[in-house]
Amino acid sequence: MSDSVIELDQVVRDYGSPPVRAVDHVSLSVARGEFVAVVGPSGSGKSSLLNIIGTLDRPTSGRTIIDGHDVDTMNDAALSALRAYRIGFVFQQFHLTDGVSALDTVADGLIYTGTPRAERRRRAVASLTRVGLAHRLDHQPHQLSGGERQRVAIARATVSDPTLLLADEPTGNLDQRSGASVLELLHELNTTGTTIVVITHDVRLAEQMPRRITIRDGRVVEDDQEAPA
Amino acid sequence: MSRGNQTEIRQSRLLRSDVYRLGASGLKSRPTRVVLSALGIAIGIAAMIAVVGISTSSRAKLDAELASLGTNLLTVQPGTSITGQDTTLPVESTGKVGLIRGVSTAGAVATLPDVKVYRSRLIDADKSGGIVVQAADPHLLGLLDGTLRQGAWLTKATANYPTVVLGGIAADRLGIVSPGSQIWLGDTQFTVIGILDALPLAPDLDTSAFIGEAFATARFDWDGKPTIIFERSADAEVETVRTLLPRTVNPENPENVRVSRPSDALAAKNAADLAFTGLLVGLGSVALLVGGIGVANTMVISVLERRREIGLRRALGATQGHIRTQFLAEALLLSALGGLAGTVIGFGVIAMFAGTNGWPISVPPVVFAGGIGATMLIGAVAGLYPAIRASKTPPTAALNG
Repeated sequence: MSDSVIELDQVVRDYGSPPVRAVDHVSLSVARGEFVAVVGPSGSGKSSLLNIIGTLDRPTSGRTIIDGHDVDTMNDAALSALRAYRIGFVFQQFHLTDGVSALDTVADGLIYTGTPRAERRRRAVASLTRVGLAHRLDHQPHQLSGGERQRVAIARATVSDPTLLLADEPTGNLDQRSGASVLELLHELNTTGTTIVVITHDVRLAEQMPRRITIRDGRVVEDDQEAPA
Repeated sequence: MSRGNQTEIRQSRLLRSDVYRLGASGLKSRPTRVVLSALGIAIGIAAMIAVVGISTSSRAKLDAELASLGTNLLTVQPGTSITGQDTTLPVESTGKVGLIRGVSTAGAVATLPDVKVYRSRLIDADKSGGIVVQAADPHLLGLLDGTLRQGAWLTKATANYPTVVLGGIAADRLGIVSPGSQIWLGDTQFTVIGILDALPLAPDLDTSAFIGEAFATARFDWDGKPTIIFERSADAEVETVRTLLPRTVNPENPENVRVSRPSDALAAKNAADLAFTGLLVGLGSVALLVGGIGVANTMVISVLERRREIGLRRALGATQGHIRTQFLAEALLLSALGGLAGTVIGFGVIAMFAGTNGWPISVPPVVFAGGIGATMLIGAVAGLYPAIRASKTPPTAALNG
């Protein structure tokens, strides 16, 4: 596995004083093109882990290498660039802005890459088409169903063709059917080569993914990988 | 593990056009708050521009007036002696003033304190209306740049007869509207031959009735002592003439002679207006300061409310600088809106004020430039702290909601 997208080595993250250890000496490696579930009960430290993998937060100690870049040595501008070009985020609460159309929401996913507006919109159309929302370009969040909103959020996260897609409880606010279709969409994106890490507390959801990393009390307790089909 | 298997990542970039768009969209989502906080700035700017504009317009009016009246007119009046007694100007003073090198014209009026003016003989002798009878030089009207509302000024010929020219206010008080009317000066009937417009350089004379010197001497025993001598000289000679006047008029007691320049009095009145303007500008800047604090307050609240948006933007690749720029742009835009509205309101107020007073509208462009500049400065200062605070929001805010 020479081609790791995520490489964590003895990563520790403490919060507050006295320190509470949210991530406790986690070492893991995710290869390009993998589809991984990080599963654990709430408070197990999986969100803290996602923040570190997504370079939104820095570990207290340990090494983090994301897409070949040693995160610990990078400054804010370099980390921001990494997020702009290489990492896509999908959140449980969608994070769509009221009054902004699906097209503009997705186009905003490229705003920090300095792409001209016309080009952003062109790529947004392509990205929305990929998630099956070509007929919803001008719809605003309140005109969309929960599943459609999450698809818009996924389209925004993938409009820059990131190497790594991080999803935090992407189906947490959705009913079962919408959740299933979102999951299906993630599978499709995975087959086109995007590495995907999904954080969830839902064991049944995790079981639908080829690799499951189980976290408890900030430690990896199980790393369960199915043989490639 | 392979290091550097990826090409160098380009920098996060935010296009300038997107900075404006982000700033505008941030404001558009909170219209009421934007209007209210921009209003503070607008009022401050409007007040300052209006105050400055009104005073410059009134000064423009005065300058035009002074330019047409000239600043080379000096008046000579009797002062008080060292012992505190009222003095008089010597007989023949006017002639002597006219001989000073540089003086082009000199003329005088002499108050006849015992003569009262009445519309008819039936009027109570005490009701003289405060009109003062002056024996006037034929040169007087030209010296004061006076104009006639009706009729004619005194000439060498009419000065020998019971003819009178009325100051504007005097005519109004007597109810005289046209020459040819008869009035009574003391117990002599006079014919009104002219009515003057207001005399801006000698407003005191507006309540006077002017008669010829010759007739004043013949009928009212005028002693020939002038009360006020007016003289004009070339502009360059004004100061020289000014120093020569007291000694020329009264060589014995030059200290009893008071020389003044009427245009100075007008300018002094304007200076007093300016002091008032300073006060109002002070008040305007306080309003502006309060407006700036309003903008800062709005922005701080906005930053607190938008932690999730900031987190999302950081996740999308915004650097701290981009977040700072966005919020600064928003603050600048907010105060620019206020400044623009304030400028329009301020100009409207000036136009209204100047219109009702018949002044020319004169606002130096630098006032508008200054207004806009002040707004941008306030926006920058008021927006800096919230913007820095926004940029310090941890990127994890998006996930922690």
